[in-house]
Amino acid sequence: MLDALLSFYDSYQSTVAYVGINALLALSVYTSLSCGQLALASSGFAAIGAYASALLTLRAGWPFPLVLGVAVLLPAVLALPLGLPVLRLKGVFLAIATIAFGEVIRIGLINWAYVKGAEGLVAIPQKTSVWMIYLLLAAALFVLGRLRGSKWGFALEAIREDEPAAQTMGIPTGQYKLSMLVLGAALAGLAGALEAHFTFMVAPNGFTFRRVVDMLVFAVVGGAQLYWGPVAGAAFLTILPELLRDLAPRVGIEPGPLRLLVNGLLLLLVILFLPSGLVSLPRQVRRFRAARSPE
Amino acid sequence: MIPLLRLEDLHRDFGGLRAVDGAAFSVLPGEVHGLIGPNGAGKTSLLNLVSGLFPPTSGRILLDEQPIHGLAPHRVAALGVARTFQNIRLFPDLSARDNVVVGQHLRRRPSLAARLLMLPGARSEVGSARREAAALLERVGLSERIRVHARHLSYGEQRRVEIARALASAPRLLLLDEPTAGMSLAEVRAVAALIRQVATEGRAVLLVEHNVRLVMEVCDRITVLHFGKVIAQGTPSEVGRDPAVVAAYLGEAR
Repeated sequence: MLDALLSFYDSYQSTVAYVGINALLALSVYTSLSCGQLALASSGFAAIGAYASALLTLRAGWPFPLVLGVAVLLPAVLALPLGLPVLRLKGVFLAIATIAFGEVIRIGLINWAYVKGAEGLVAIPQKTSVWMIYLLLAAALFVLGRLRGSKWGFALEAIREDEPAAQTMGIPTGQYKLSMLVLGAALAGLAGALEAHFTFMVAPNGFTFRRVVDMLVFAVVGGAQLYWGPVAGAAFLTILPELLRDLAPRVGIEPGPLRLLVNGLLLLLVILFLPSGLVSLPRQVRRFRAARSPE
Repeated sequence: MIPLLRLEDLHRDFGGLRAVDGAAFSVLPGEVHGLIGPNGAGKTSLLNLVSGLFPPTSGRILLDEQPIHGLAPHRVAALGVARTFQNIRLFPDLSARDNVVVGQHLRRRPSLAARLLMLPGARSEVGSARREAAALLERVGLSERIRVHARHLSYGEQRRVEIARALASAPRLLLLDEPTAGMSLAEVRAVAALIRQVATEGRAVLLVEHNVRLVMEVCDRITVLHFGKVIAQGTPSEVGRDPAVVAAYLGEAR
């Protein structure tokens, strides 16, 4: 009985932690989406944050807050030389260039003997606690929330809706796009470091192209129009597999493939019927009801 | 009087097409300057050059005798140039008021620290921006529509929001690209009055317009463009009598 409770708590705690980590990762993609840019470098930035923090903990023995600081700053600084050239690209070309960045980082790590190549770094002390994740997530949400409705928030929305028009209003669109890429890199690096010090290990295969697609799906399914949409998406899509795990034996599909199937289906449904994401569901329902009411 | 805007031998090629071919004229402060010409004469290209959306192939654009060609659009805007677009470019998912608030971008100086610390100053800054936007919308006769999303406004209303958004930056030079296209007669009257009023505030207006009656009525001077070249310049009555203009634009003389 006690064993069952403990094991339940263990899996529950890890899911709760992952909701927070995935929310930070989803926000790291959202920052660029908020000004209309499809930048998919977050898996690369998360890898940089994770590896830098793991090395500082393992090899240098730095205190954890300082380690987290580096995990935030290093990817943010590296986002500048990446962003200056690639943010000149639009749409799918920007996506391709940023995916390539992530792959370069991943393949570089595989071939770097100092960080044990494909094996990765193991036995990282667990220093991340769930409250830390949520405190930092709350801080990120607070900053993004305060931007909304401000001069900067409106500038981002203007760039998303019509970049040349925004430019003629005097908005330096290049600076805004770069700032949001840097902010996203910082959030991804933070998430990477928190994850590394939660799961005891980092390895290159944790930062694949599929990982960044997951982050994008969190943001889009939750809703990329509002800053809490990606958080809702991350929470929903992180908890869902736990529920599917019980369902899987009953429908006769392995949990892994079932998860992919359900995720794909959800993404399709959201894009078709809820283009503003799950967070727009209440509004859509209200609108639907209003349209059907007889008056 | 020193011209506010001066164009010198301005050229712009698009591949093999010469959209602007040696255009030269100036716009004085407080003047409503009409820019007319048949379709494809290069009027919109010329406005795009002035607002910095693309650089000229050759030639100079001077604002207050300072060269501005080659500057990015946001830098040109920062020097006091605002515009509207022929194919309305409002931010469709923002309300009329928020569109105008975006137009105030250059004039607002909020403090990021105050915003993050939720100081009362940040809230009052947003409040005054909104009040000012509402006042501008009232000026273009849209005080009842401030909360409506731009995409749900009528064509004429959208054009008026665009004018309000351009005025929100308190520009010295206002570029209007067919501001009355698709408007009702009453709306055209109101816009004509507004254009005159803007000029009396000492700002210059460069007006591209197909409504000849409106141009003749509100403009102090007119430049006529044909195949990218200036073919006539002068007061409305001078331009109206010019045989080259009559031939190119108003039709062959009978």
